[in-house]
This record gives sequence, structure tokens and C-alpha cells, in this order.
Amino acid sequence: MSSDKNEQETPNPTKALWPGAPAPNFALHTTPDQSVSLSELRGAPAILAFYPADWSPVCGDQMVLYNELLPEFRRFHANLLGISVDGVWCHLAFAKDRKLRFPSLSDFEPKGAVARTYGAYRQQDGVCERALFVLNPEGIIHWSYVSPIGVNPGADGILSALEDLSAKK
Amino acid sequence: MATTATGILTLPVSDHDHIRGSLSAPVTLVEYGDYECPYCGQAYYVLQEIEQELGDNMCFVFRNFPLTSVHLHAEHTAEAAEAAGAQGQFWEMHDMLYEHQTALDDSQLLQYADALGLDVVRFNRDMAEHHYADRVHEDFMSGVRSGVNGTPTFFINGVRYNGSYDLESLMAALIDAAEKEE
Repeated sequence: MSSDKNEQETPNPTKALWPGAPAPNFALHTTPDQSVSLSELRGAPAILAFYPADWSPVCGDQMVLYNELLPEFRRFHANLLGISVDGVWCHLAFAKDRKLRFPSLSDFEPKGAVARTYGAYRQQDGVCERALFVLNPEGIIHWSYVSPIGVNPGADGILSALEDLSAKK
Repeated sequence: MATTATGILTLPVSDHDHIRGSLSAPVTLVEYGDYECPYCGQAYYVLQEIEQELGDNMCFVFRNFPLTSVHLHAEHTAEAAEAAGAQGQFWEMHDMLYEHQTALDDSQLLQYADALGLDVVRFNRDMAEHHYADRVHEDFMSGVRSGVNGTPTFFINGVRYNGSYDLESLMAALIDAAEKEE
């Protein structure tokens, strides 16, 4: 959840989309010749992890942690997408280095356009917020959280949201 | 370091854990660590000094948090320490691994088991059958559910410690927690 507590670290509190809002559709490149469209993932929960940049230490840890947790996410049939403004070649190098086994999407041109539709873009820095969204199988936001930019939010919130979704079936 | 909402250890320390010291000590420090993580390696030497200094006033607990995609030997080393633990030598193997962080392949793990005087046939079988993989995964998931997001992560008396883990900072936090208990 986007909370008031974050205001201190986030000079312009984000207007991240709240639970209940339909997740805006998008199609973004994950490699130079492949793209992923959110609508293709309907029918199962989806996790969108917006993050500021490949290679920076906190993001690295966060994506490495999520990579480690893919089997847990799969138990809920959930698909994970990482999204940042980095270009596809940068993503490819980063994913190879960290052995990431989930798609990293490039919100590159127009820069941050998708992040903006989720209220997850930091205009002052030109990067995505460190924002998490868990979508239900119908593509409605079930849970969202914006972390202070320098803090790895971990995965407990994602897992709780997936458990909650699964209990509602 | 900025902090998020205070993290709480969701799985309380129990006799299921690897514990150095007495649970009745005024301060219990839980580490979620990875044997191949260089930061955990640095923290290992800091913790040695702290344990020496605080003596019976502190109880130290280690739980596994292997990040296997970035650390090739993380999973096997965690299982090796557990396999040694099954033979009563968890801490001996734990220390051995942190003191040999650049030599952690399977043949070296076997050498350490041998050097510690373990039953190497049993050790080998436990490793081959991944006998302790579930235990390692349980530790990992208890960490995830407690908000562990990287290694090392520490909890002092069940509350996540978000400060730096240099000797001075960590020692101050532990002494502070111990005094609050008195």
C-alpha cells in the first residue's frame, strides 16, 4: 500500500494505483525482438515489480530475491514481470549476470510511459519508483506498495497478497 | 540506511534452531545468512568479536538464506552445515565455511567434513540425497516472511536490525537491547 510513512523519503508522494483499479494494459520489449503484453497474462495472478535501475545494489538484491522465489510464486500460478526504464540490451546483460529466470521489461521509449500509467514514475529522477503491484486473474489490482526508493521491500507483501487472492477463489 | 515498517521475526527461536549460547541470555541475535555471501563473511568476524565481548549475555542463532542464483555454492554449503549439525558439529562447519569462503566446492566440503572428524560416509550420503534441503528451505521462507531481503539480515530480540553491522554499531544495538531487558 502506498502509505504516508513514505513521504519523508519520497519528496513527491506517488499516486500509485490502488487496489480495485484495473491494471492499465501495456506491451513492452523484453529482448530486442520479443515483447510481453500484460493482457496475455490474464487468467492468472501477475506480479509487477517496477524498480529504478538495473545494476544498482538494492535493485540487484531485490530481483535476485524474487528470482529465488519463482517456485513460490508459481505455486500460486503467478507470473512475475520486472519493469524499469533501462534499455533491452542493458536488461539482457543484467539478467544474464544475475541468472534471472523471469522477464525484465524495458519501459524505455517513451521513457517511463507505462510506469506513469501506474503512478509509479519518479519525474524528478527519471526512473520508476520501487513499486509493487499484484494483479488478480482478471487484471484488477489486488495489492500495491511503493517502497522508499533505497529500500528493498522484500517479498512478504507479495506472498501475503497472493495467499489472500488464492483464499478468495 | 532508510527503514521500512519494523520487521518482526515471524518464526520464534526454538530448540529447532542452531543456537550458540543460552536462550535465557538477555539478548538473542538471529542472523539470516549465506555462506558464500562476502558481506556475511565480513559480518562473521565482527560477530566473533561481539560474541567474545558479550559472552553469556548474548545468544546467537544462525538461519540459512542461500541466494542460489548469484552464489553457486550457497545451497550445498547450507546443506553441508546442516549435515554436520546432524552429527553435532553445526558450528564447527559454520565457522569452517566462513573461514574458507573462496574454497567451497563439493570436494572441499568433503575435506572439511573429514577434517572435523565427521562420519564422511554419512555426510556424503546426506549431501547426495539433499537430506537437509527442506530444512534449508524452511529457514529461507521463514526469513522471507519476516521481511529478509538480502544477506546478512539480523534480528535482535525478534526485531529486525536495520543499522550497519560494523562492530561499533552492532555492539551498541545489542547492548541497548540487553539493557532494555534488564
